[in-house]
Amino acid sequence: MATFTLNINGTKQEVDVDPSTPVLWVLRDHLNLVGTKYGCGIAQCGACTIHLDGTATRACMLTVSSVGNSEIKTIEGLSEEGDHPVQKAWLEVDVPQCGYCQAGQIMTASALLEKNPNPTDEEIEMAMNGNICRCGTYTRIKKAVKLAANS
Amino acid sequence: MTLVKTKIGRRAFIRNTGLASGGLVIGFSWLASCKMTPEQVNSLPDEWFELNGFLKVGDNGMVTIMSPNPEIGQNVKTSMPMIVAEELDVAWKDVLVEQAPLNTDIFTRQLAGGSQSIRQGWESLRMAGATARHMLKEAAAQAWGVSADEITTKDGVLTHEASGNSAGYGEMASAATSIEVPEEVQLKDNGSFSIIGTDKKNVDGKKIVTGKPLFGLDVYKEGMLTAMIVHPPAFGMKFKSMDTESVKSMPGIKDVFHFEAYPEDVEKQWSDGGSIPEMVAIVGNSTWECMQAKKALNVEWEEVSKLESTSYHDKALASLLEKAQDEPARKDGDVDAAFKKAAKIVESTYSAPYLAHNTMEPMNFFAHVTPEKAELLGPIQTPEFLEQTLVSRLGMPAEKIDVMMTRMGGGFGRRLYGTFAVEAAAISQKMNAPIKLVYSREDDMTQGTYRPSYKVKYKAGLDENGNLIAWHVRGAGTNDDLIFENRFPAGAVDNYLAEKHSLETNVTTGAWRAPRSNFIAGAEQAFMDEVAEAAGKDPLEFRLELFDRAINNPVGDPEKNDYDPERYAGVLKLVKEKSNWGSETAKARGVAAYYCHNSYVAQVLELEDGGDMPRVDNIICAVDCGIVINPLAAKNQIEGGIIDGIGHSTFSALTFEDGKPEQSNFDTYRLMRHSEAPKNIEVHFVDNGIDPTGLGEPSLPPAIAALSNALYKAKGRRFYKQPFINDKPPLVG
Repeated sequence: MATFTLNINGTKQEVDVDPSTPVLWVLRDHLNLVGTKYGCGIAQCGACTIHLDGTATRACMLTVSSVGNSEIKTIEGLSEEGDHPVQKAWLEVDVPQCGYCQAGQIMTASALLEKNPNPTDEEIEMAMNGNICRCGTYTRIKKAVKLAANS
Repeated sequence: MTLVKTKIGRRAFIRNTGLASGGLVIGFSWLASCKMTPEQVNSLPDEWFELNGFLKVGDNGMVTIMSPNPEIGQNVKTSMPMIVAEELDVAWKDVLVEQAPLNTDIFTRQLAGGSQSIRQGWESLRMAGATARHMLKEAAAQAWGVSADEITTKDGVLTHEASGNSAGYGEMASAATSIEVPEEVQLKDNGSFSIIGTDKKNVDGKKIVTGKPLFGLDVYKEGMLTAMIVHPPAFGMKFKSMDTESVKSMPGIKDVFHFEAYPEDVEKQWSDGGSIPEMVAIVGNSTWECMQAKKALNVEWEEVSKLESTSYHDKALASLLEKAQDEPARKDGDVDAAFKKAAKIVESTYSAPYLAHNTMEPMNFFAHVTPEKAELLGPIQTPEFLEQTLVSRLGMPAEKIDVMMTRMGGGFGRRLYGTFAVEAAAISQKMNAPIKLVYSREDDMTQGTYRPSYKVKYKAGLDENGNLIAWHVRGAGTNDDLIFENRFPAGAVDNYLAEKHSLETNVTTGAWRAPRSNFIAGAEQAFMDEVAEAAGKDPLEFRLELFDRAINNPVGDPEKNDYDPERYAGVLKLVKEKSNWGSETAKARGVAAYYCHNSYVAQVLELEDGGDMPRVDNIICAVDCGIVINPLAAKNQIEGGIIDGIGHSTFSALTFEDGKPEQSNFDTYRLMRHSEAPKNIEVHFVDNGIDPTGLGEPSLPPAIAALSNALYKAKGRRFYKQPFINDKPPLVG
């Protein structure tokens, strides 16, 4: 066990965990931030996507000891009231079915739009390819990303 | 107005059912876990009045509606309360929705499966709203000294025009609780709806996009431990021994033990399909610590039955296709005689592998079992059956067992089989502590109730005019005999023979979204295209000809045919019109139609040019599911079903080597991704005012055939073997 001070959603949080613990489980089991989801544990599904210094990152393979002073942003930190343009677009298009993967999808989409405010369809697909939606909301997700880009 | 007896679920209308205070309701209501705006805080009533088990009216006119059925992403948590609200005649903006716990005294069929929630809930949901509206009207009539018949309602307001009296529901709610539950109530006429048939957004939408705790895996309770299991690595193996000493001392680990999830004397329900009698539990403080212990643990297993491989399944199924069924499932006329005189004969064999469900949220459940009571909370499609198994497994009466449902991160049939919840209860009982059982993705994928592997062989005979005179289908599946013998084209062909076989295997199988249809539709409708081509006819017109036959001069007893040929032809005609079928197009196109879960779906699918596996450019889809409750969400279901069908038939397979699944995570099990998804899906509903039927499943099956028929146009060869990405042409030379 070791103590780590993490910068999460603009707040410093201290945790005492094994250094090999992935950020995903630190968030979920130790900090009560459950919006970041467990889907595969091997960075293949994208359900655990967070922003690490603004870059979409899979939290399930990011060990807590490797984070250092980097800024972590989770879905809970994307906006106070769910009014980030990407979240608003998701609601407007009524994207979710089961909803489980959507926090990860939103985190990937919001990181993309930060860097590329007007992505082409192809750029959206390439950026989002790491996020699986088992319910098949892909066409709505693309629509929502474009709507957010335009707003 | 239709006058109906309030016979459905009478118990639901007995007041003071224990639900009034929301005592059993877990804190998942929209208002409870989202930060409320000042308007929302102000809008909460001081007092709630329960008019029946489905709803309560606040003194300020707000209404809470219980959503009885489990929510797996099919959006019933929005659409079921919409039906209640419609008959109650309340404005949707004044409605709050809560997930009901399992309560068999109030609700009927609290189950998510077979696309039946809306169809089978339709009557009781309407009755609940209409009964409450009646009681509010009676209360107003007594207060105003007028006849209830003269009182009208709209958007939660009662009005008596002649006397000029008017009141909101909230004002009459208290008095309404003492009104007798009516023997009969009037329902609205289909067609005079103001909520049903309008777009309503997902009631959990905001919680989903802000990452609020909604799902079973998000359950964290005071003093809760995490549990994981180690199950046999292969089907056909069981626990032999293990060495736990070194693992028990690992950081955060509380206990490691072998346990019987299903001792022999447990009375099992059908929902216990796939149950594994004994396994190993690891219990600890956190998920990661349990995962580390799981990796370090050495368990010895022993072989107890044949260790089956995919090559064995393939061979055994193929040999069944060579075998006649002793008593055919259905026989009309004489196919052998017809084949002898046929001008043309077409024969093909289609096959598909096992599939895992792969819900994005792996199996999990919270359980807290004490000698006095059992509290179960988590994602389950069959809460009632789970409770029944727990009665036997825990030796506890149902009254002492509370089963509560969270929103589910996908179902697709996997969570019909709640063995994971029984395992959680057994572990909690042994630990005498609250635990949350968590499956790793690998546990989830390798201990499944899989979609069976299937093979089917078709043979059709055409006369010299290209008329279909004989149809023979023989199908086989693992633990499933595949064929729906009374579905189309039964009833449309004079000489028809349907035969089916099941191959018993120890690889556990179960319902996977649109069971059987998810394979047989793709095969049947692809073969139909082959036959139409041999007949020299347009594939869509060829199907319509057959439906004409089934409408005008059905073969056999028409009551036996499991479809309505007019509605079937209706969706084909609609998709023909919407797609301009028959007009010139440069795109490779395929058409297919299928009937399942009481609904009819036809699709025209267009491919982009190029590539080994061309991408789907556009799908035009026609659906007859009767009345559409919530078009916005209904389209989402249709889109999802299509993507599910195309994705799995193109990319996915679960294979076995010596009983062991060869894929255990998404690096080897391929699911469709964004850049492979259809670019556009267009959905059209038949507007016929018929009572609603299934929606969650029916769009999936025909998509596979529409794809395979379009692939034939694009590539010039037929695709017989799923996943299509592996169905390569044989090397020539």
